[in-house]
Amino acid sequence: MDEVSTRSRYRAREESITLSPLEEQIAAQRGGETTELLTLNIGPHHPATHGVLRLLVTLEGEIVRELKPIIGYVHTGIEKTAEQKAYWKVIPVVERMDYLSYYFNAMVFCGAVETLLECEVPKRAQYLRVIHLELNRIMSHLVWLGTSALDLGAISMFWYCFRERETILDLFEFSSGQRMHTRYFQVGGVIEDIPRGFEAKLREFIAIMPGRADQYADLLQRNEILLQRLRGVCPLDEETLLGLGVTGPLLRAAGNPWDLRKAAPYSSYEDFEFRIPVGTVGDNYDRFAVRLAEIYESVKIIEQALDGLPEGPYITEDRKVALPPRHELATSMEALIHHFKLVTEGFRVPPGEIYYAIESPRGELGCFVRSDGSSKPARVHMRDPSFVNLQATAPMVRGAYIADLIATLAMLDPILGGIDR
Amino acid sequence: MPDQVGLELIAGQLATQIPGAVRQTTFFRNRATVEIAPAAVRGVLAQLRDEHGYRALMSVHGVDYYPEEPRLGVHYELLDMARVDRLTVKLRVPLAEPNVESVTPDWPTADHQEREVYDMFGVTFDGHPDLRRILMPEDYEGHPQRRDFPIGGEPVLFTYNDATSPGWTR
Amino acid sequence: MALTREPIEPGSFRARQLLARDLLRGDLEGLELERHVEQSILTTTLDRAVAWGRSNAIFPATFGLACCAIEMMSVVAARVDIARFGFEAFRASPRQADLLILSGRVSIKMAPVVRRIYDQMLEPKWAIAMGACSSSMGVFNNYAIVPADKFMPIDVHVPGCPPRPEALMHGILKLRKMIQDDPEMGWRQRYDAQGTEEVLQGSEPAGA
Repeated sequence: MDEVSTRSRYRAREESITLSPLEEQIAAQRGGETTELLTLNIGPHHPATHGVLRLLVTLEGEIVRELKPIIGYVHTGIEKTAEQKAYWKVIPVVERMDYLSYYFNAMVFCGAVETLLECEVPKRAQYLRVIHLELNRIMSHLVWLGTSALDLGAISMFWYCFRERETILDLFEFSSGQRMHTRYFQVGGVIEDIPRGFEAKLREFIAIMPGRADQYADLLQRNEILLQRLRGVCPLDEETLLGLGVTGPLLRAAGNPWDLRKAAPYSSYEDFEFRIPVGTVGDNYDRFAVRLAEIYESVKIIEQALDGLPEGPYITEDRKVALPPRHELATSMEALIHHFKLVTEGFRVPPGEIYYAIESPRGELGCFVRSDGSSKPARVHMRDPSFVNLQATAPMVRGAYIADLIATLAMLDPILGGIDR
Repeated sequence: MPDQVGLELIAGQLATQIPGAVRQTTFFRNRATVEIAPAAVRGVLAQLRDEHGYRALMSVHGVDYYPEEPRLGVHYELLDMARVDRLTVKLRVPLAEPNVESVTPDWPTADHQEREVYDMFGVTFDGHPDLRRILMPEDYEGHPQRRDFPIGGEPVLFTYNDATSPGWTR
Repeated sequence: MALTREPIEPGSFRARQLLARDLLRGDLEGLELERHVEQSILTTTLDRAVAWGRSNAIFPATFGLACCAIEMMSVVAARVDIARFGFEAFRASPRQADLLILSGRVSIKMAPVVRRIYDQMLEPKWAIAMGACSSSMGVFNNYAIVPADKFMPIDVHVPGCPPRPEALMHGILKLRKMIQDDPEMGWRQRYDAQGTEEVLQGSEPAGA
């Protein structure tokens, strides 16, 4: 069989990549001294790439000269699948996008649909949402901390962080029945009120969590190895970050206190008092410190939400959007009809387009929903923060060592499920 | 969000600076959208950034308006961090001529996002430094998120189609 | 009718049958008994010993794809501790790994990569499809996902979205039992996968 004909166009193009322009550029910078560049492929199967991320690094010795991320290895067609399902059924599909912050995915979609429907979310539901969102934020930061420390060599951090994570997942299981991808947020509120005992268990957790976070800080914050690996490594200034559209802890580490919870509060965030941790230099150590500090702030928010939890319905009373309570089905004909319509067809959303954004643990998570008046969305697009933040990797690591590349990837906190959708 | 009046002022200024740019304005659920002519996208975004302060481009995404023509739309979500204002700029291109000027030289964040719109919808961005498929394999044919692209998938395996479904050899 | 006596060959099946009968009756003595015991226990137990060793020292490959990978990390974590069974040595290189836990959705771009990694693993190797997305299509029945059965043989499917760490543990222990009972497990026959062994240039494939 002829060798050439079995090669795809893709392979032919890959083999035609030449590095001479870059080599010439470096040679010109050095006044004529030529050097050989090596292109290395990291991933998609690699223990340190936080998921299936493929990086094409061009190296001069150990220094990274150019970086090209190649994504799409976990592309799931979530946005297209969402067009085939009723709005209610889109929630579990969209939840599995950024798989560490599933409550945020559900929240942003529900928020978008609620805005389209002009549906009021009751206060109790908003507070419950805030509690679960902040618990999810803590959990996401814990997984980030555990896996990043693992990358840097502090292996025991992994077990400590996952111990706390198990407690949080127990709480999620308590309130919704599922550890991950809980489908707890529904359009109009939450699916069920919190059971008896949840508050006590949650108070136990928020009593111990700051102490545990102090333990992590003791282990890591002044650790010489961590400081050497993260301090002053791969900084990126605020202007470049803003140009790249980066938000979240990365932007806050560079000094810009942009946080949607404070700037454009949603779901009763304006009722709570919390601070925004902000870094100074924008290097890897600041990114690490900002996320660690955010854990404390989230605990504060949960405590305030729990203390001020109002009585009331946990989902909107509008029967055209939310299912009626089961006891009504026995007595009221309208309730039965609403239930039937909602379960079979789903609620209809008036035509329009909306973009709704919240602050996820990685940055601005946005959801664009276009509805054409039927019971299925015509377009759902999730603006994932990691997808946009990934573009900042190349400017960050140019000129740094490979080990710094690994540390920077860890501090960037990319979640490939969100990047690839 | 700029309110209705603010939106009309912005649209008016855009129309005077760049004639023929603004096609329509929409103020829906307290959110402002300006629909522009595709040829004017770079100018309009530059204008909005310099004159009106929308310095952050948060999202570039595509929409398929099948069966209405012009069919493919591209939305640009702008954000003014100083005044916490959002503005959506949208444009629509027909399927026959899906070319839009790339805004990547002015807004580096649009790099991967325009590639995604190209990959999923087929809108080509002129002037993009590296317009290749980003999520699908490089040699994939078709643009998956168009409304007339089939959803695909495997048939659910039951006993009656167990033997004929691919993946099982007997 | 004439009765004929035929000598029984030592080592033949009939001879061993008679020896076993004598053993059960308690009629074997001395040297005969010792030799018989030696022989029978060696031949049947060696395989079982090897299988026991293999099943208790599986090296899984670090192959986290999506959400199920987080639950796989929970299996390694302290509450559901996979190290109890000896499987905590996750090897990053497929050359050193035995078990591929496909945790997460396999997209069409990733499928050839998974297949390549699976091919690079050395015999004997096993695969667990963790979660609904890799076993069947899961939540996403669309153009972008491939069920793992389509391109590689899977030994255990663990359902769930994502499966609890305890469920994954149950699946892994089931696999362990399968290996202990029958190391071959006949998957090459089941999946008609003869010829998928990696063959070095110049040598012959084993058992093909």
